[in-house]
Amino acid sequence: MPAPRPPTQHGLAIALVLGLLLSGCKSSSADSTTDGQTIVNKGSDTIVNLALAWAEAYHQVEPQVSISVTGGGSGTGIAALINGTVDLANASRQIKPEELQAAQANGFSPVEFVVARDAIAIIVNPDNPVEQLTIGQLSDIYSGKIFNWSEVGGEDRPIVKLSRETNSGTHVYFLEQVLRRGDSEDKTLFSPDTLLLPSSEGITAEVRDNPNAIGYDGLGYVTPDVKVIAVAAELSGPFVLPSGTTVNNGQYPIARDLYMYSADQPTGRVLKYLNWILGPEAQRIVSELGFVPTSS
Amino acid sequence: MRATSRSEYIVTRLIKAAGYSAIVFIGLIFLFLLREGTPALFEIPLGDLVGDRWYPIEDLFGMLPLIGGSLLVTIGAALVAVPLGLLTAIYIAEVAPRSARELLKPAVEILAGLPSVMLGFLGIVALAPYLRRLLDLPTGLSALTGSLLLGGIAIPSVVSVAEDALDAVPRTYREAARALGATRWQIIWRVTLPAARSGVLTAIMLGVGRVIGETMTVMMVTGNAPVLPTGLGSLFRPTRTMTATIAAEMGEVANGSVHYHALFLIGILLFLISLGVNLLAARFVFRQRTRAERVLS
Repeated sequence: MPAPRPPTQHGLAIALVLGLLLSGCKSSSADSTTDGQTIVNKGSDTIVNLALAWAEAYHQVEPQVSISVTGGGSGTGIAALINGTVDLANASRQIKPEELQAAQANGFSPVEFVVARDAIAIIVNPDNPVEQLTIGQLSDIYSGKIFNWSEVGGEDRPIVKLSRETNSGTHVYFLEQVLRRGDSEDKTLFSPDTLLLPSSEGITAEVRDNPNAIGYDGLGYVTPDVKVIAVAAELSGPFVLPSGTTVNNGQYPIARDLYMYSADQPTGRVLKYLNWILGPEAQRIVSELGFVPTSS
Repeated sequence: MRATSRSEYIVTRLIKAAGYSAIVFIGLIFLFLLREGTPALFEIPLGDLVGDRWYPIEDLFGMLPLIGGSLLVTIGAALVAVPLGLLTAIYIAEVAPRSARELLKPAVEILAGLPSVMLGFLGIVALAPYLRRLLDLPTGLSALTGSLLLGGIAIPSVVSVAEDALDAVPRTYREAARALGATRWQIIWRVTLPAARSGVLTAIMLGVGRVIGETMTVMMVTGNAPVLPTGLGSLFRPTRTMTATIAAEMGEVANGSVHYHALFLIGILLFLISLGVNLLAARFVFRQRTRAERVLS
């Protein structure tokens, strides 16, 4: 009985050693940007799934180039760019002036690329007669100043406000761009009785069922059985529904660009990768994942 | 012979170590909680901690709405689980014929094994929409929905402990009462229940302990709005419990940040609350033991 045992242990030991060696290789190559066949890509958690899908698809195009993608947040990615440890930083916001200065102090001049766009759709129950809202009305609804649908042209029903949890980037974007209307001095908060649901699916399920509910979500998460609200920046209009076209021509007001930054004017494999990302094949992946492709 | 005594020695030691390991683990967990949670007491002014607004991304760490939410849901669940659980236990122990009893006991045990995420799912798709229409509420995602589901989760614990306690009442008590001409209801209400009182109280405490710690179901069905409850009317509105807050926010929080420490402080509070509930339950158990000794002597 004990005879077959040693080989198994042996095999296990070899696997362990191999695993250690391999993981060692991976981390050392990820740290170096001088390696000719690797692109290191890090940053925004909003973009991380998209960046992973791109990296996977690009492997079919150029099998010899390997791309390592990690999240961590826009700030983390840009910090890594400033320190020269990544080739491309992903960000769901533009680089800040102080970050640009820090990069220039380190001898870099970052170049910005808009790689995709992201629209936030406002959704209500199909039975709700309200068709359109302004950013100001949305701000008043979510901060608790308006609490009945009749005040915005609907039936006499209480408004039930749905939001993602506070750790969601979409929550923060909605707070800054809708509740505070982009004003960094504004200290408006979500009303405490806003329901914070742990998932997009939770929001869609409640909106589908409840005629009192209003919710917001990335355009890619909207299902056909809820009603999308047309949004305008001002009461005079125009009220616009979110779509690829209205996001790209700037008419839909709750949309943001998603960026990639390179440390300097890109060359070689990085330039090739960026050109591919802006091309039709990669932009089709953008729509598949529910983001809006860039117009170019 | 020597081999047996040696193995005896080893086994005894092993069992002893296993027994004490529970205490060691509890101690280590509490130490860890203290290490990660107490910095929050120094980083956040006490006045802010007892504030009525929990909004961590703007550094608002008022914990009263969360504590209130947990208490509200727990009280609601106890109002469901205690009467239903006790009545079920009385039926199984005192009234039911043998055949019904053999069917009911395993059924209750199966109920105890239901995963709470399944109950939460049931709550989202069935119970919450139903309650919204029935009671004409703004939304079905409310403390009430959470209470009803948690009550369902607590019922099996209440039933099995209470039923054991009722079963342990000596048959002579009931026979004596019957000889005095008591009806079945009089026997249950005046004799069996008072005799099993401490066991029944333990059952209630265990049920409450189960409810306070429950996370998944409440996170799915209570709406998680951190509103400070103002009375029983708050039962019909959304609420946010301590457990759901930790579960929802711990995944994304930066290690070592104020928010991280605040979440661990909530963990300490939860730990102390469930410790308190368990100590109360233990007191009742020990009281039962002395009563039994008195009966025997």
